[in-house]
Amino acid sequence: MTTTAIAITCTVNGVKVERTVEVRRTLAQFLREDLSLTGTKVSCDVQICGACTVLVDGQPVSSCTHLAVDVDRSAVTTVEGLASEGRLHPLQQAFVEQMALQCGFCTPGFLMMAKALLDENPDPSREQIIEYLDGNLCRCTGYAPIVAAVEQAARVLGPAGGDSNA
Amino acid sequence: MPDLEPGQTHLHAGRSVLRPDLIEKVTGAAQYCVDIRRSGMLHAKIVRSRRAHARIASIDTSAARAMSGVVAVIVASDLAGLFARFGHIVPDHEILASGKVRYYGEPVAIVVADTEAAASDALDYVDVDYEDLPAVMSAEEALAPGAPLVHEEQHRRVDVDSLSPVETGADQGELRTSNVAHEATLEWGDVDSVWPVAAAVVENRMHYPMLYAYAMEPYNAVASFDEGRLEVDSTAQHPFMVRDDLARIFSLPLAAVTVRAPYLGGGYGSKSYTKVEPLAAVASWRTGRPVKLVLDVEESIYTTRADSAEVHVRSAFDDQGHILAREIDIVMDSGAYADNSPLVVAKSVNRSFGPYRVPNLRVRGRSVYTNTSPASSYRGFGAPQGVLAGETNLEQAADRLGIDSAELRRRNLVRPGEEILHGKRGIDADLPADLEMVVGALREHAPEDQSWFASAMACSASDAGAFPVSTATVRVQADGSVIVLSGSTEMGQGSRSALAQIAAEELRVELRVVTVRQSDTGATAYERTTGASRTTTLTGLALQRACQDALSKLRSMAAEVKGCSADEIAPSPAGFALPGGDTISYGEVVRSWFGAAAGEVTGIGLLRREGATAKMPPFWEIGMIGVGCRIDPATGAIAVEQLVTVGDVGFAINPQAVEAQDLGAATQGLGCALFEELLYDGPQLMNPNIVDYRVPRMRDLPGRIDAMLAERRDGVGPYGAKGSGEGALNPIAAAVATAVARVVGRWPDRVPLTPERVWRLINETGPDDTTGDRSSPREG
Repeated sequence: MTTTAIAITCTVNGVKVERTVEVRRTLAQFLREDLSLTGTKVSCDVQICGACTVLVDGQPVSSCTHLAVDVDRSAVTTVEGLASEGRLHPLQQAFVEQMALQCGFCTPGFLMMAKALLDENPDPSREQIIEYLDGNLCRCTGYAPIVAAVEQAARVLGPAGGDSNA
Repeated sequence: MPDLEPGQTHLHAGRSVLRPDLIEKVTGAAQYCVDIRRSGMLHAKIVRSRRAHARIASIDTSAARAMSGVVAVIVASDLAGLFARFGHIVPDHEILASGKVRYYGEPVAIVVADTEAAASDALDYVDVDYEDLPAVMSAEEALAPGAPLVHEEQHRRVDVDSLSPVETGADQGELRTSNVAHEATLEWGDVDSVWPVAAAVVENRMHYPMLYAYAMEPYNAVASFDEGRLEVDSTAQHPFMVRDDLARIFSLPLAAVTVRAPYLGGGYGSKSYTKVEPLAAVASWRTGRPVKLVLDVEESIYTTRADSAEVHVRSAFDDQGHILAREIDIVMDSGAYADNSPLVVAKSVNRSFGPYRVPNLRVRGRSVYTNTSPASSYRGFGAPQGVLAGETNLEQAADRLGIDSAELRRRNLVRPGEEILHGKRGIDADLPADLEMVVGALREHAPEDQSWFASAMACSASDAGAFPVSTATVRVQADGSVIVLSGSTEMGQGSRSALAQIAAEELRVELRVVTVRQSDTGATAYERTTGASRTTTLTGLALQRACQDALSKLRSMAAEVKGCSADEIAPSPAGFALPGGDTISYGEVVRSWFGAAAGEVTGIGLLRREGATAKMPPFWEIGMIGVGCRIDPATGAIAVEQLVTVGDVGFAINPQAVEAQDLGAATQGLGCALFEELLYDGPQLMNPNIVDYRVPRMRDLPGRIDAMLAERRDGVGPYGAKGSGEGALNPIAAAVATAVARVVGRWPDRVPLTPERVWRLINETGPDDTTGDRSSPREG
């Protein structure tokens, strides 16, 4: 079988990456297998559960159904890119403190989606948080601690929002 | 180290500490099984049956083998020489279907290739020729006279004493005559004498749906078979039991098989027992290379589901509302293979009639083979199926007798210490007190607007903990830090953190110097299972003993190096107080005794059925739930406005974690009550994916949550602890069904209570309105 592969250049968590990738390779496969960034998780594989969410040029996308070739000349941020200089991002800290995760498999997706929310709206209401994160599924927590964690992170980050730590 | 404040009795236990595993998980560093790769690794994909029941006439693998990257295509005949089945109760589960397929989705062949994509590409090139057989797609069809048999042979049970392969078949004359996989019964008193003299006899029937646990990490495993040794990393809750199955398959010593379970992306019982490990293992055995197998969600749904159940309850009461008798019949659709369903149905029998004084009882449960996907354990383990029917029956009795249902429960609940199951451990909980907590919270926070709203409660007690065989090891290092080894798996429930708290408490060290390593059959301590909410209680007890063993050794060694008697040495933080006022740390003891900056001291803790854990069950797990539901009369949609949980856990090692478990369990139970149901349409499921199988989402979050803990130190576990994690799920579907009936005035006969079903209850009258017990509909 002939393989069609395309050369791409992008940055992943601020690091320049040049690769030739098969056109059918998903962004999740590219991140997890080619770049060994296994923090991004795949669950439903059909863009329903949100576990695989990463940011492409600041916008949340489901990496399970986003082609790797489509991040050419883009900046990708994964959960591994949230903490900086050995310090947890306020969202990460709040998720731990509020026990907003148990098994943790959905958590990278929730963190990235919540980061996109706070970047866009540094002071979301409870209703806005629920609306924004409704596309992410969690089977362990019952969600209430996740809402509390996002509220806590928003307070910590203040009016500058997530951008201060991007 | 935290200081003891007035009223506190423990340094670490009982505090809501931050779970260390959560920090690894928020950074993306935590390694799950699906993240593991090995050098030289191949990838497997599974060819699955496209028939519910059919003879396999032939399999042509030649086209698939010829494809780029394909290393091997393995079918059942390639497994000659192996004991090619598994199953910890009945070894009826073929690794690959041989002769016939028994359900749509059953593994028929394994394609092994150098990439996952190459293996996927080749799947459709494996040509399987089927001859259809008549199928039984429900328990009712399977129990009909003359029904086709799913299994012709009766497989003997695994000999748990020798662990040896158990041969089956005609030479023992054991041919099956029905599709009943297992029957369990429980009886005392004389129920038949009661019906004629009772003041009221209340009868109902409830259907509990097939469910998918949807642990978000799908089943996966990496296996490496080399020179008579097998190593497997997998998503196994019970790695030691998976090891036993694998050793039997390959006739290997237990010690030659290693099964490791890293962090699991959820379990909820669905990762109990052997699943995909034999597929990966035989693929490695045939190819001589490590093989990774990752299922997708559809394949995972076809791998294990919860038993659906049809439950019929008949209860007799005197005019004061005291239960005189209960008779319950449970029929579970267990799918094509037994897996753990025999135990699920047996537990359902024990848990169906409730924590009540029942002087006359007869319960029969049957687990039935059908040509559907195999069912097994799921959080609650038979309790939710039985409790749904049993508790709604009690609520209907309250209507009939004109007694408030909380009052009816007060009159019948067992009191602390009283037996639920004759000859078993008396209840280690104060259920009447728990009940008042729920009643109070529902009353206190009742909404002003009562239109189309009702609150309801339900309760349950589960004989939990499973068989007490647990071990733990602690290794005190030369710097005084501590390694805890346990075979209990961390699947999200927080055992890694709770065990660290227990070790730090017992050894009087700081929490941060304790590291817990889990679930490696070749390196950690033995644990029979991670299920039945047992770890805190049973592994916790074994760990306490291991710590005491280490302390005893350290004390003797300190006496030796200091030239005093062990009796003169007293406990002090992270070490001992010596005669004369000096102290010595554990690290100094280790270093002094070995005479070098090296060495370690190991403590061992063993737990079996004796002493405090002699009587079964080890503990009772309580479910005590309240809900307030509002129905939209236009759509039938239910909004859960109130949720009340009582975690009757004896003592919460980490209170925040217990409340988190309760909310998680209640939410999963709400999924079953409101949305979740796997539905067969012909030979296959019509919703085997997360698009059509609707699980609770963030917008379904209850409006108000009252999470309460009842800590009466009445458990056998460390500091009076009992297990938690299932309790809040078990009764919640019954509570929601009751709330719906209170609003609409008709009793549902099944869950989930989807908007359509609720709308029909509101708007249609029909033959399913069997009780005739209508309370007045609320005004909208």
